[in-house]
Amino acid sequence: MASIIVDNRTYAVDERKNLLAACLGIGLNLPYFCWHPAMGSVGACRQCAVKQFKDEHDRCGRLVMACMTPASDGTRVSIDDPEAKAFRASVIELLMVNHPHDCPVCDEGGECHLQDMTVMTGHVYRRYRFPKRTHRNQDLGPFISHEMNRCIQCYRCVRFYRDHAGGRDFNVFGAHDALYFGRERDGTLENEFSGNLVEVCPTGVFTDKTLFHHYTRKWDLQSAQSICPHCSLGCNTTAGERYGILRRITNRFNSRVNGHFLCDRGRFGYEYVNSDNRIKRALLRPELDRTKPAKPEGVPQVLEVAADRLRRARGIVGIGSPRASLETNVALRSLVGPHQFFLGIDEHEHRLLSTILNILRSGPVPAASIQDAEESDAVLVLGEDLLNDAPRLALALLQSVRQQPMERADELNIPRWDDAAVRNVVQDRQGPLFVAGYRRTWLHDYATGTYFGAPDDVARLGFAVAGTIGADAPSVPDLTDEVRDLAQRIADALTQAKRPLIIAGTGSGSHATIEAAANVAWALHQRGKQPRLSFVLPDCNSLGLALLGGGSLNEAFDSISQGKADTVIVLESDLYRRAEQAKVDAFFDAAKTVMAIDSLEHRTTAHADVLLPAATYSESDGTLVNEEGRAQRFYQVFVPDGDIVESWRWLRDLARAESQEADGVSGVATWCNFDDAVADTAAAVPEFARIGEVAPSAGFRLVGQKVPRQPDRYSGRTSMLSHLTVHEPPPPTDPDTPLAFSMEGYRGPVPSPLIPQFWSPGWNSIQALNKYQEEVGGPLREEMPGLRLIEPVATKAPFWFTAIPRPFQSPPHQWLLLPLSAVFGSEELSSRSPAIAERISEPFMSLHPSEGARLSLEDRITIELALQGTTYRLAVHLDPSMPAGTAGISLVPDVSGVRLPAWVDLSEAIKAGRKRRVA
Amino acid sequence: MMKTWKYIRDLVLGLWIVFKRTFTKPVTVQYPEERPYLPPRWRGRIVLTRDPDGEERCVACYLCAVACPVDCIALQATEDPTAHERRYPEFFRINFSRCIYCGYCEDACPTYAIQLVPDFEQSEYARRNMVYEKEDLLISGTGKYHGYNFYRVAGVKVLDKDKGQAEYELPPVDVRSLMP
Repeated sequence: MASIIVDNRTYAVDERKNLLAACLGIGLNLPYFCWHPAMGSVGACRQCAVKQFKDEHDRCGRLVMACMTPASDGTRVSIDDPEAKAFRASVIELLMVNHPHDCPVCDEGGECHLQDMTVMTGHVYRRYRFPKRTHRNQDLGPFISHEMNRCIQCYRCVRFYRDHAGGRDFNVFGAHDALYFGRERDGTLENEFSGNLVEVCPTGVFTDKTLFHHYTRKWDLQSAQSICPHCSLGCNTTAGERYGILRRITNRFNSRVNGHFLCDRGRFGYEYVNSDNRIKRALLRPELDRTKPAKPEGVPQVLEVAADRLRRARGIVGIGSPRASLETNVALRSLVGPHQFFLGIDEHEHRLLSTILNILRSGPVPAASIQDAEESDAVLVLGEDLLNDAPRLALALLQSVRQQPMERADELNIPRWDDAAVRNVVQDRQGPLFVAGYRRTWLHDYATGTYFGAPDDVARLGFAVAGTIGADAPSVPDLTDEVRDLAQRIADALTQAKRPLIIAGTGSGSHATIEAAANVAWALHQRGKQPRLSFVLPDCNSLGLALLGGGSLNEAFDSISQGKADTVIVLESDLYRRAEQAKVDAFFDAAKTVMAIDSLEHRTTAHADVLLPAATYSESDGTLVNEEGRAQRFYQVFVPDGDIVESWRWLRDLARAESQEADGVSGVATWCNFDDAVADTAAAVPEFARIGEVAPSAGFRLVGQKVPRQPDRYSGRTSMLSHLTVHEPPPPTDPDTPLAFSMEGYRGPVPSPLIPQFWSPGWNSIQALNKYQEEVGGPLREEMPGLRLIEPVATKAPFWFTAIPRPFQSPPHQWLLLPLSAVFGSEELSSRSPAIAERISEPFMSLHPSEGARLSLEDRITIELALQGTTYRLAVHLDPSMPAGTAGISLVPDVSGVRLPAWVDLSEAIKAGRKRRVA
Repeated sequence: MMKTWKYIRDLVLGLWIVFKRTFTKPVTVQYPEERPYLPPRWRGRIVLTRDPDGEERCVACYLCAVACPVDCIALQATEDPTAHERRYPEFFRINFSRCIYCGYCEDACPTYAIQLVPDFEQSEYARRNMVYEKEDLLISGTGKYHGYNFYRVAGVKVLDKDKGQAEYELPPVDVRSLMP
């Protein structure tokens, strides 16, 4: 700790910070543009000038840039010094010279850092009377709008896009006062993190194009904490609503999870909530006759018919969902009983998840959070395509490769926040990042070592690394020299690192890579290192569902086919994405009654005899467990129209209706509010015991008041419904959370899950975050960053996995079809959002060129492929990174029903497909 | 004794003042037969005006709505690609049964779109008739401010005004130029 003197008052601050961060951390207002808490300082904008004094006798002082000055002990500065103030005001005046007269039609208006800083410096009157410079804009794709006139040349966008996120197709062009930030020519921004430009840009050059289509100002958004449901990482987001439409998603800082940035799937995948394909009414098939379509019916009638069916059922099969909250799954489990509760995942995925859970529960190595990944200094990725399956983790790895080279900066006494100087020291040097897999992505450009092989070969590499590191770990016989050398290099890098990280997951569908990753981590642990493990999972609540436990989907199918049960309840799941079409068809045909609860229409809901409209994540409360085992709460943002309620409420109503005549109700039927759901969830599995501590319970009050979801400037309260009624109905009540659908309530510091959105007087942009933190970049005040449900016992001896696969060799005329996930398209919900849908590529099959020659397929031709009973039209991509004997199938919505990995005779499958086309 | 005289004097004085008033002109206006003069800046009914080119002035910036102390203005922005590629209010609603005619919306309006006019006769038997939609609010003239057209000074491009064609704007920069 250092003590600094600001305007004659002494403060204790962290001496590793710069003056700007220190001043913001102690709550002082100091304007800035180019500095960013995650990207450090470059001193480009000259906005944070303060006056520094030598000692208490120095009356003269000198202007310094706070962001470039270390907060060393005894530093004496003045923010209020008239000269410093005048300097800052004139900097703003110069920046505003070319700034257009756009605020009323600018999407940044009302949350613009430039507006805030202009007001803060007191520049109120425009003296410049001459023409303004103008720029032409570019079309940057479906996510980002571009308005270059507004640019103030702070360079944050290029620093984020190129230096932080590794993008290549965006840069700064031109010279002097005609700098241009954009692409070389019009076109979609390729980087998966382009959406962050919206928040990184201090003004309105880059704005959210999805928000543009239903534009609402920040002050009009009813907001609450949300957890991104589009991958297993559980990034925190703030969702905003107005007039019953979810308007946008912004990043929500969580010091352990996503920090300052989100991926584009998470940011722009929300629009499915407003989709025309939402199920809004309870539907019932007349006389439960499968030939007739389901029709909207009153909720009491639907529940009555459903309850009657449940009462008369021979047995009920409940299929839970890895994209539904824990509470909802527990509700279904309580309704159907633990033995009739099945996880909506197939046998293969079930096995993978069980292994991962076993490794995390019983092994000595803890799971890594995203922030751990960012701080790790050597990383081994086994078989995962992070950019497509867990993009935010890939962004963390891009930072991790700088960790080792940055130690050189430490030696040279260059503080880490001094970004330009640190990058000068680091140059092109990169810390160890080894990526093994079967598909090349641009993340490989940042890797120190890459390996392309079939999942079995990747696992063998992993086992070889483990065998090289640990004395006890099983070693791999008959390795090629090349792999042995690589394994040695990886082993050396991992053992020399302070915080090594091993990443594997379910993406390649390989069991062996998961076990190999565990062996590597445990071998490192045995050597006295402190490694971490990270497993990328398929869905937002996969680990939660695995912890809850239950049979796989195949067992559910068996239960019906063997006649043990005749009624099915499918919870928030499209089974056609999770099992082969023929099996699911047979399952639904054999079931007497199919009930489905979901938010969007899909192939499974089309089979439902009773269809109940479920609330999405922004319309319900719940807990999700991310891949790290961190339980986090998402809150309802708004009350949806129609019959839509939370899935657990439907299940409760079903349970109540079913047990009408039976005496004594228990379980889900007794639930009144969300707290009851949490209490029963806590009792379901020992690991969930503390689940109530994830966030404040519904009874939580501050000064006897709830926390309002609407900002105090929320407009239109007395007129937004006046076209329907002039009697101003009371706002909906919320029995489930300490939040209110209102402007009224407690405004002040609240526990972090209850913060509706980041705002502070004078700080309207998302940069208001610094007012919510103890210190800049640190955790939020009263942070509840989620609860880690699985903590390892470090003293436990590892149990080694010994099932080392044989080298991959495809049998003659057989190809191993491998999944190629796509950041835009592979996830079910986000791909139903228009902006994401625009980015979904055509379905394709990737092959090694030699395989292409073998099958006489040329690059970029279209083929028809008969696969698992369906014919798919696929483009052929010849990709030299694909291992021989394999083929990759892109998992976009058109191909979502394929079960992979699978062995297929491609020549036959293509022939069959072509034949079918002729027929 | 002195006190009694004082009472009488005050009484007579008062009666005299009342008597004098009998011959002065009354200030009472015989409304509604007789209309009072209201200055143009009188804060009465709210209207939405058009720019000198006859287009809607409102750009749906939400500033009036947020300035409104009784929150009686609700609107939604939209962009109509067929007409001028610029932002409009999709709907614009004022609940006059809540309006307090404070004029903050007019102060906040950056485009002179929303204006208060000297019309106060808004009595209705049913409150729902006090809810005005955009069709009811939009007039065909420019109101009190005649010359102003926001899009002629703003930097954004609209259908009939390209970049660099607004007032006080240079033509767009050619980024590929090597000239100093």
